[in-house]
Amino acid sequence: MESIVVNGISKWYGKEKLVALKNVSFTVNHGEIFGIIGPDGAGKTSLFRILTTLLLADEGSATVEGKDVVKQYKQIRNEIGYMPGRFSLYQDLTVKENLTFFATIFNTTIKENYHLIKDIYVQLEPFNDRRAGKLSGGMKQKLALCCALIHKPTVLFLDEPTTGVDPVSRKEFWEMLGKLKEQGITILVSTPYMDEASKCDRIALIQNGSILATDTPNAIRQSFDLMLYKAKSHNTALLLKDIRHYSKNLYAYAFGEHVHITFKAGEIDIEELKMNLIERKHHDIILEPDDATIEDCFIQMLRA
Amino acid sequence: MGDKVITTEGLTKKFGDFTAVDNITFDVEKGEIFGFLGANGAGKTTAMRMLCGLSIPSGGKATVAGYDVYRQTEKIKENIGYMSQKFSLYEDLTVIENINFFGGIYKIPSNLIKKKSDEVIEKLGLQPHAKKLVGSIPLGWKQKLAFSVAILHEPGLVFLDEPTGGVDPVARRQFWDLIYEAAERGITVFITTHYMDEAEYCDRISIMVDGRIDALGSPTALKKQFSSDNMDEVFYRLARGAKRTE
Repeated sequence: MESIVVNGISKWYGKEKLVALKNVSFTVNHGEIFGIIGPDGAGKTSLFRILTTLLLADEGSATVEGKDVVKQYKQIRNEIGYMPGRFSLYQDLTVKENLTFFATIFNTTIKENYHLIKDIYVQLEPFNDRRAGKLSGGMKQKLALCCALIHKPTVLFLDEPTTGVDPVSRKEFWEMLGKLKEQGITILVSTPYMDEASKCDRIALIQNGSILATDTPNAIRQSFDLMLYKAKSHNTALLLKDIRHYSKNLYAYAFGEHVHITFKAGEIDIEELKMNLIERKHHDIILEPDDATIEDCFIQMLRA
Repeated sequence: MGDKVITTEGLTKKFGDFTAVDNITFDVEKGEIFGFLGANGAGKTTAMRMLCGLSIPSGGKATVAGYDVYRQTEKIKENIGYMSQKFSLYEDLTVIENINFFGGIYKIPSNLIKKKSDEVIEKLGLQPHAKKLVGSIPLGWKQKLAFSVAILHEPGLVFLDEPTGGVDPVARRQFWDLIYEAAERGITVFITTHYMDEAEYCDRISIMVDGRIDALGSPTALKKQFSSDNMDEVFYRLARGAKRTE
């Protein structure tokens, strides 16, 4: 059964009717980690605020656990956990006071649902008496997650939990999400980091308020319908210039230590390109087919 | 010294009994793109604040653009550019007003500001947005504008603190085109990022762990040194050993 159903949601702001969301539809199944992946300004936070009943959509409808986000907002608020992108706990309460506060307003206690937060909370407990405002970024993030979990929500909304977080802490955070999934909690999570897509069961790619694609990360990668080669030589910056200069029928961009080259099948003769690069004095040339990543797919969709 | 834009020797910063930056020593060459990496809390921001003349070190030596970080902080501020993701431009001023404001701060003559302003707007294709509030233009453009404004006074060195966070993949690459262009003109680039693919675009990288610089070299050399296939792995190996969590 579906946990979240979004049906043709649109949202615009202000007199100029700046569009935040355009006819967005998707479904999240029970127990799934569903990722909303896109850059800042794509509409992720507006979408989260609509689904957590904090903002009204201008068009369309949505349900969370079968309840309408407008008519049954009170019931939804009791059932969900929400971790906003901006740190929203009480800065002048201690770690323990914050957690007790959130447990109390949901008529529960830390003890009752301790098993849910245990793995995360053990790292926080040494700082129990420290004010939330004095915690480091990573600790704040863990406390916010505990507070969003303490009433045993069925659905968890995490709006950009890993933004600005270093790669090691990001990895740890995704490991925590994996454990929560095992407890049967449905998780809707947004991120601007394309490499986090593979941690999700399914993803929606979003840009300028529109969903570009919804599927499993693998299916999206496999739907990439251009030829993709990775290239390398002794001088990457020069290589990128020379490849772009070689033909207008290809699109080349830096990709970590390599350059990625995409083109329609049959439009580029790779052997000829290689000869051309050798003539241009490149050495240690690598030029071989590669699989598209989610980032390649996103780039391709932005260009289409 | 010669062509060194940044020199540090045993640079240290303590807050009470906490050593945020612990005896770091490195140089940055003119025209280099230098990646300054590390986990959250490793001490990057504190180190950068000292290099920008915003925080006086507790020990060690450092010069930036030839000026001393203890005694010539105002000179440093005049001779560097700075851009961070969190704050760079005034959202409630227009594109042109922002350029004029920062041009004025850096004492660029007004006729030259006008010329530079036209150049920046044309180069970034911002003509249709020139009179719009910065708060209303897309993030990718905002970041490119912020970078152009940070180097408007042609500093020898620009500090970029996580400039591409949250920017879409195409705009992120366009941003790097601007960085390369600036470096080719001889502007030294000192950059922090959490995107490991961007670490590959730097000439050299340092990785901070618990206030120390635990690795320093070109991406290729570091991968070799840590027998790793990519920078991600190098970073994990080093940062996992960290004792402190911010």
